[in-house]
Formats: sequence, structure tokens, C-alpha cells
Amino acid sequence: MHDRKSRWISAAFQVLAVVTALLFTTAVMLLVKAQPLEAYKNILIGSFGSVTKISDVLVAWVPLLLAASGLLVTFAAGLWNIGIEGQITLGAIFATGMLRLLQDSALPPELIILLGFVAGAAGGMLWAGLVGLLKIYGGVNEIFGGLGMNFVSTALTIWLIFGPWKRPGVGSMSGTEPFDPSLWLPMLPGLRLSPWSLVIAIAAILIVFLLLQGTHFGLRLKAVGRNGRAAFLMGVPTARYMFLAFILCGLFAGLAGSVQVLAVYHRLIPSISSGYGFLGLMIAMLVNYQALWVAPVALFFAALNIGSIQLPIVLKLDSTLSGVLQGALVLFVLVMDGVRRRFTQKR
Amino acid sequence: MKVELRNIHKFFGRVHANDDITLTIPQGTIQGILGENGAGKSTLMKILSGFIQADGGEILLDDKVVKIASPSDAIRQGVGMLHQDPLDFPPMRVIDNLLIGHAGGLFPARKQVAAAIQKLQSQFGFNIDLDAFVDSLTVGERQQLEILRLLWMGARTLILDEPTTGISAIQKAKLFETLRILAGQGMTVIFVSHKLEDVEGLCGQVVVLSRGKLVGQASPPYVTDNLVQMMFGKVVTLGERQNMTAEDLRFQVRDLAIEDYRLQIRNVNLDLRRGEVVGLAGMEGSGQLQFLRACAGIIRPVHGAIQLGAKTLHGQPYHAFQNAGIKYVPASRMEEGLIPGLTLSEHFMLTEERPGFFIDREEAAGLTRQGIQDFYIKGTPASTVESLSGGNQQRALLALLRSPIDLLLMEHPSRGLDIESTIWIWSKLKERCRQGTSIIFISADLDEVLHYSDRILVFFNGKVSLPLDAAATTVDQLGQLIGGKGW
Repeated sequence: MHDRKSRWISAAFQVLAVVTALLFTTAVMLLVKAQPLEAYKNILIGSFGSVTKISDVLVAWVPLLLAASGLLVTFAAGLWNIGIEGQITLGAIFATGMLRLLQDSALPPELIILLGFVAGAAGGMLWAGLVGLLKIYGGVNEIFGGLGMNFVSTALTIWLIFGPWKRPGVGSMSGTEPFDPSLWLPMLPGLRLSPWSLVIAIAAILIVFLLLQGTHFGLRLKAVGRNGRAAFLMGVPTARYMFLAFILCGLFAGLAGSVQVLAVYHRLIPSISSGYGFLGLMIAMLVNYQALWVAPVALFFAALNIGSIQLPIVLKLDSTLSGVLQGALVLFVLVMDGVRRRFTQKR
Repeated sequence: MKVELRNIHKFFGRVHANDDITLTIPQGTIQGILGENGAGKSTLMKILSGFIQADGGEILLDDKVVKIASPSDAIRQGVGMLHQDPLDFPPMRVIDNLLIGHAGGLFPARKQVAAAIQKLQSQFGFNIDLDAFVDSLTVGERQQLEILRLLWMGARTLILDEPTTGISAIQKAKLFETLRILAGQGMTVIFVSHKLEDVEGLCGQVVVLSRGKLVGQASPPYVTDNLVQMMFGKVVTLGERQNMTAEDLRFQVRDLAIEDYRLQIRNVNLDLRRGEVVGLAGMEGSGQLQFLRACAGIIRPVHGAIQLGAKTLHGQPYHAFQNAGIKYVPASRMEEGLIPGLTLSEHFMLTEERPGFFIDREEAAGLTRQGIQDFYIKGTPASTVESLSGGNQQRALLALLRSPIDLLLMEHPSRGLDIESTIWIWSKLKERCRQGTSIIFISADLDEVLHYSDRILVFFNGKVSLPLDAAATTVDQLGQLIGGKGW
């Protein structure tokens, strides 16, 4: 009875947070003399206006969902895996590398694609594992370690694109030489969306949900995250579980990077992670680390991203407006959570 | 400065930490405040120095009623407190430490401050290099630095909380001399301690706190037995003693040496028999916690051997100790014992080794219900541990212990529990002893130590007594040893 009441209060505060975020974004638009209603309408049309648009939203949804799935694991273990951007990038680099290695071989293309995914996952795990080892054995906070590894991954991408993997003749910011269409992950006719990548993303969030809800492994991860000292004294090998959390998150991040290469860009481009890792962090915070809510919220974020693409063309507004709204949303949800706690504590 | 406390009350939840305390301290005296851990000494001093506010009563400084809102407010009114752990900034220079607390303009007046401090130093014969880094100073020097800082900031009443912990005998003599000079100059000194010897040697007047109440006062010449009686004097009947007589050796500690940033423990030897209970007595911070944690493998001793049965354990990680059959129960339930946010059922799943990858929820709930029933926990399998009361959290901690256990190490098994729960919990523990579990436990409650132990080790400032036979020891003897007498 009391529980239900507090749940309602909690929900009310969340609605309030969304409304405040919208008001805040509206205020920002009014400040720069744009028409907010027009902008919102355009975002809506830009994201759900046609089948192509919807499929584009789903294309953005896949890496977001993968990143957020991985982050749920690290957050469960109490870790801030800021390095996820670099882990996505390494996934893309490894997948590209594997495809470049095998594209002239006699292997069937399906197998090459599969090996591309395997390599991408390995790349993400490698980068995440390094952050984990730095944290556990080097005493380097995972936020700093991850941030450092992000810079290294960016530099590595640029070097590859302009160095060893440059296009015949001259390297360019447009990336490496595109792969032969036979090495593309099969797409729906006329659309940029591959059903396979959807399957991977949905499988990822389901696996994470099951892992955290119903397994001993998930329970121990949560114990490490909520009170590492007590978990250690109870006999949970905390270092091993932290490391495994990093590895799992790296696996999902690496898959996200592979999807970007195998299903979206078909080559390595300079900013292959597109900030999906950081957006994934925001999503995980926004849903309060509840796996159930990740899919819809990630879809909403993807829609904002895609919908705002046409803002510069139609309204002469910068497309970063979607970022303002996403950021405001996270901030206000966190603030409202604090307000709610104060409010409920007083009584 | 004359300090007067009138009818001070302070509650922490249901605990009455200060119960109607009235105390007058004339100017120029050294007032001792004596009491066992948790008696309310620190609470009272925190109220006087502005860290916390009293729930009732008033404070008078030089016969004027004052409100002390914060530590900086206290020092403005002339009350400075020297904490048990020095409140300084180790990686900074001495002079910068002094400047930090100084209200001043944008640019610190380094030279003037240095000159003022040097003058104070010569007055007391201190010799601290102002350009040295604080972490290069000894504990005694850091204490002197803190005294200098408080005096320089205008303190006319100085509160010292357990100042003789961790300093050498020479430094202690120096400190006492300083305090006597200060009192001679008209300062009021309040000396909080549990060490009888220190209080007797220094203070012109002593009050004793026990369980939040002011239970007595004394002036020189002191009768140690009376002070001990006031500190620990309570009579509780706990039922009949039960002694274990099994002779087979279970756990062995040989020449154990532990080092800590303030304590050095040397040459501890202990032979524990099957089913035997050994109590560790001593004031908090005397080394018993370090010893217990070394037995659990949490702290690595610098030297010595630990053996359980035929297994050699020293040098191995904590989880190896655990797998060998040693189980550790910490005192801080929510910080080290249980995991906030997880339910009782999830705790049972964490501690039980269950086969399979997926959690069998039915089985988990069944197991938890059994535990709840066996240990009379007021809660359901779905209750989060933080929603339980302290006593029920303690029961849950005990319910989570996996049988079989060869050696159970417990910090304060009954802290925060009422007498009935304590008796009940010990009946459960003794039941385990009959099945062959040996227990080593720490307690601040002398009656608990005397009543439930077969043998007792007393700790004082890192020194460890030979095992005492609990049946032949009295509260007074134990109290004297704990207070550092008769070593």
C-alpha cells in the first residue's frame, strides 16, 4: 500500500521532470527567436514522417541499445564506464581490420561478416579490459582511464585512415575505401536498415535483462556495485566481477562498433562512434539503470537525433537542439529525483 | 574561561547519548572526562565545540549563555577542540595549514603569522619547522601543531579528545607539561580519556560518564577502584556460564606482529581449542580489531604464523581463509556486513553456494523463510536489509553464516542490541560452539566478555596480555588492565 503510493509519487516527479525539460528547451528556443512548436513538429515529422525516416531512427536505435545494454552491466557493478566511446571505436577498427584481411580471400561473405563481428567484439573487450586492469591493478579510476583510452582510440582511427588504411591515392576524412556490397550486412530493400542488426540489439538488451534479473552472476555484480566491501567480506571475488563487467560492456560496445561498420557506413570513418556511447550513458542514467526501460528511451533518443537532422534545412536551427533536449532531460530527471528524495524524507 | 554546561540532552534516534548532563569547569583547571566507549564523552564535547547541537540544555561561557552553531563559531567564542585524529592537511606545509583556518584577505600574511607562531612555540618549548610538510611530522608533533593553531586562533578553552593515543611516553610527558602551563596561564583544559593513569596523573577534577549520564565525580587523591566502579559498574545477570572443555587444538597464532600507522602489535600467541570462545577486551583502538582482522586474513601481518588445523594460512588472501572455514562478522552492519538495496532473499543467495547459472527463486525464498524463522527476523524475504531494525540486521547477519564454520570471528556481536537479544544471540552462538565452532570476538562490554568467553586477551595500546581464565577474572581486574594498570 505504502509502496504503491511512493511509486506514484516517483512517477509524478518523472513526468514533472520531462515537462520541465521541454519547458527549458522551449525557453532556449525562444531566447534565440525560433518557433518552438514548429521545431517540435519538425522533429516529429523528421523522425516518424515516413517509412524511410522510421527505419533511419531504428538504424540509430541499434548502437544506442547496444551501448546502453553494456553500460547497464558496468553500472550494476558500480562502475562509470566513460571509456565506452573508445570501446565502440575499437570494435569498428577491429571489424574493419578483419574485413580488410579477408575481403580478397575465398571465404564465403557470410563467414567474413561473422568473423567481422567476432573481431569487433574482441576489440571492444580488449579496450574495456585495459580500463578494468588499470582500475583493479593500477588504482586508476575508470573515468580517467576510460577518458584516456577514448583519446587513444580517436588518434588510432585517424592514423589508420590517413596512414596504413588510406584510400588509394590520397587519404581523406571520408574514411577508408568502402567494402564490396557482398560484405554488407543484408538490408531491407530500399532502406538502410538491416534486420540482423535489430536482432543483435534486441538480443543484447534481453540478455542483459535476464543476466541482471535472474542469475547468480547478476546478483553478485549488483552486490559489488552497491557495497563492494560487504560483498568482498561475504566472499565475492570483487576484482574478478568488476573485470567481467568491463569485459561484458566492451563486448556490447564492440558489437555496436561492428554494426556501424558492417551495416551502416561499410568502412571506417573518423568519428565512427558518433557519440552513441555518451548518449548510452545518459539513457542508462535516465532510466535509473532499469533494463526494462532502456529500449523505449533509447528509441526516443534515436528519434530526437534523426528528427533534428532536418532542422537546419527547414528552420535554420542547428541540429544540436536535440542534444539540448536530451541533456536537459537527464539533468532534470536527476534533479527531480533529488527533490523527490528530500520531499519524501521530510515526512 | 569558565565553562558551564546545564542539563544537556542529546538523542540519536532512540539512543539517549547525553542525558541531563550538568557540569561546571572553573577557569584555569584541567578537567578530566572519563568513560568507556559509547558513554557519551565525545558527544558532549562535540556539542561544546559546535560540531553538533544539543537537543536541550544550555552552554554558558564566562557566565553568559551562548549558542555555538559551528566549530568556527566555537573558536570565535574561544573554544577549540583537538580531535583524536589530527585535522590537518598532510601533503601541505605547516605554515599553510595554519593559514587555511585563518580569516584574512586575499593574500595570506605569511611573515606575520610565522612570527606569531614562533613566539607561541618558544613559550611552550615546541620546535616545529614551519616549512616542513605535515606528513613528515610525528603524531605528537601534529598534536602540538594543532594546539598551536587553536591557541593562535584565540582558544581560551581547549578540549582534547583521547590525546594520548598513539604518542610516545616522552611526547606524553611533554604534552602534559604543556597542558599544565596552559592551565597555569588561566586556560581551561578539558581532557577526555578512557585511560585511568592519564586522567589520574593530570586532571585536577574528574567526572565519569556512563551510558549518557554523568554518574560521578572525583578529585585527587583518586582511588582507582572507585573510578573503575563508576565507569563499568553495572550488574546484569546473564544466566549460567558454559565452559568448553574440549582439548583438541583448532587454531594457532604464533609470534604475530601487526603494524598500523599508529599501532605496533608484537608477539601475539594464541592456541584456540575446538569449541572455545576467546574474548578480546580493550578500549577501541588498542589493537584488538587489527588482531581479529589479521586472524581473518583481511590485514596481512608483517610477521608470524597462522594455522587452522593442519592448514597454513598466513600470507594467503582473505578468501583462502574463508574457504578454509574462517568466517568474519564485521560490526558496521550497513557498511561492511550487508548490502543496502538488496533483499534478505538476495543476501541468502549471495552467501549460499548454489549450483546453476540461474537463480532458483522458489528455493531462495524457501531458504530465506527458514532463516527468518530460525533467527526470529522481523521481515520478509523481499524486505531490503536497510528497512530492518538494527537488531534484526544483526540477526540476519548471523542467519547468513554458512554452516559449517571452524572459526567465527566477530566484532561486537551484540552492539546496539537490548539485553534479551544479546542473550538470545549468544545462545545461538554457544549452540554452534557445541557443534565444534571456535569463536574469537571483540566487545566493549566487560560483562559480555567475562560471561561468554572461556579465555580473555586484553589489549592496551598495542600490547597484548597473556590469555586470562575468564572464570577467575573479575570486572575490576579487567577494568584496570583495560585502563592500562597492572601491566
